[in-house]
Amino acid sequence: MAENKPIIEVKNLKEYFSINTGLFRSKPLKAVDDVSFTINKGETLGLVGESGCGKTTVGRTILHLYRPTSGEIYYDGKLIKTNADIKEFRKKATMVFQDPYSSLNPRMTVSDIIGEPLDVHKLCPNKKARQERILELMDYVGLNSEHAARYAHEFSGGQRQRIGIARALAVNPDFIVCDEPVSALDVSIQAQVINMFDELQDKLGLTYLFIAHDLLVVRHISDRVAVMYLGHIVELAPADEIYNNPLHPYSKSLLSAVPIPDPKIARANKRIVLNGDIPSPLNAPSGCPFRTRCRYASEQCAQSMPEFKEVSTGHFVACHRSGEVN
Amino acid sequence: MALLEVKNLKTSFFTDAGEVKAVNDVSFSLERGKVLGIVGESGSGKSVTAYSIMQILAGTGKIVGGSVKLDGEELIGAGEKKMKEVRGNRISIIFQDPMTSLNPTYTIGRQLMEAIMLHTNRNRKQAYERAVEMLRLVNINEPEKRMKQYPFEHSGGMRQRVMIAMALACEPDILIADEPTTALDVTIQAQILELMGQLQKELGMAIIMITHDLGVVAQMCDEIIVMYAGSVCERGTADEIFYNPCHEYTKGLMRSIPTADTAGKKLQPITGTPIDLLNMPKGCPFAPRCDNAMKICINHRAEPEQINGNHIASCWMNIKHALDSGDIALEADGEGGEQNG
Repeated sequence: MAENKPIIEVKNLKEYFSINTGLFRSKPLKAVDDVSFTINKGETLGLVGESGCGKTTVGRTILHLYRPTSGEIYYDGKLIKTNADIKEFRKKATMVFQDPYSSLNPRMTVSDIIGEPLDVHKLCPNKKARQERILELMDYVGLNSEHAARYAHEFSGGQRQRIGIARALAVNPDFIVCDEPVSALDVSIQAQVINMFDELQDKLGLTYLFIAHDLLVVRHISDRVAVMYLGHIVELAPADEIYNNPLHPYSKSLLSAVPIPDPKIARANKRIVLNGDIPSPLNAPSGCPFRTRCRYASEQCAQSMPEFKEVSTGHFVACHRSGEVN
Repeated sequence: MALLEVKNLKTSFFTDAGEVKAVNDVSFSLERGKVLGIVGESGSGKSVTAYSIMQILAGTGKIVGGSVKLDGEELIGAGEKKMKEVRGNRISIIFQDPMTSLNPTYTIGRQLMEAIMLHTNRNRKQAYERAVEMLRLVNINEPEKRMKQYPFEHSGGMRQRVMIAMALACEPDILIADEPTTALDVTIQAQILELMGQLQKELGMAIIMITHDLGVVAQMCDEIIVMYAGSVCERGTADEIFYNPCHEYTKGLMRSIPTADTAGKKLQPITGTPIDLLNMPKGCPFAPRCDNAMKICINHRAEPEQINGNHIASCWMNIKHALDSGDIALEADGEGGEQNG
């Protein structure tokens, strides 16, 4: 499925937001701090982490919804820099948002919502072609074409998410950032939408950055998985590898915290319960960001940020002590 | 005698569009010191069941039938005075959203002490001590300092701990937890679930755990009730529900969750969308989405059938299997003919 040719390359991406801390004072909030990764064509890269770890910001910054503070993003080997680059890039890269209730304009009909990207990028020469394209897109995502003139509020959560996906597909993209696309949906509907992502990928050769906090869903859909903590990617590996052999202490506890829907396994499961909460990114700890909650933390961890290094083929981890703790 | 006995509970909301039967004939019992899970999708009536037990239904909601007995004492129709004694003292509830269920304008301490002074005859000083003790019990560091702080100064996990402290301050027999960890991250969820399990063992209370997360019930619950469209599809021990599901809806739910084995394969979702409670079908509410629906499912609701022990399911498929395997035989007359549909 996935070819070994990177379609998206992210190099040393940083995204700092300026937060007012006093009348004339401000402080940088390091939402994403020096993140690098590549996504191959036709691949699904899962991005997991807790709220506030910067996973959504990574997705949005790649699409330049936020201007990167520093760092480079390449699409198909070409650096995206000028406004013209960005506009061109957005014909090839789109986004599906988390909340199907607030991401659709309640005053627009379904056909206008799906048709808007076509109008913005002037992709349809005439009204007839536009209408045909809209109906084709609705068919892709399993929506009844008779509903084109309806408004978003007339649909259920799962159907709204399909509208959001049809909108993302309108420009005929290669790459889609899926930001928690199934989190707001019920289990039975969630499975329908996940299958649809799979089918669309096979049919249209799409590449996904799949952001989610549900680790079972991410494991199911992803080829590779990156784990984020406090603005940093701490571990990146093929999906099976990271679930069977996590090396970073944070990945270990994150994976052990997932409730397994099987009573016998759940009872026998030894959870590594972390103490405390994720620190505020305004006052991030020195050195390794995880050291304040890490049971293996040593002096070295407070002094320097561990290097993000490849420990086995395709398995990257940023931990001073990953060799010792296993 | 069971601690809590719910029988044929029916709760409806009377809206302009018509009567919405949010809880339709729900029965279960809860023993002392046990954890009961209620699972279902949004709109299945799991929260309304809890609110009906507590009699805290909003506006147009009304209990229209059934009985709720606490230690053999009937609560429905017992009056507001009686319910005030029950709420907080005997049955406590914690809500889903720790961000909105605390008052943002009062300190944590004031809110905790208010609950304690309302339900016990402790004075201010004793209530303060009890509140600090409760915060310590739910593993909050520096409780004296936290007492003076406002909810916005606490993270989501901390607020949920405060809610648990408040709910447990009067040592209730039953704690109803309505999606207690849905708004939290997995690592924080693990902390809260561990805390609840440990407190449950220490204090010997019973918990009703309402959730849509099958992983959470697998980890926490002794018994499970599966609800769909206001009705109980199936109930039984956790092992029975997970390893021997006997209702087509439960089976569908189990199939649709991604696991280690489904990676790279297609999931098997339940088709269609959840039912509109204003237009309930005559027969089984799940029939319109059920792949194995028969003619009888569309026209007649299946009665709860005992599978084994306490495992009960309401699904015609069980009758069909029993017929096919010759365990039961049809009588010559009656509705037997329809079952071949």
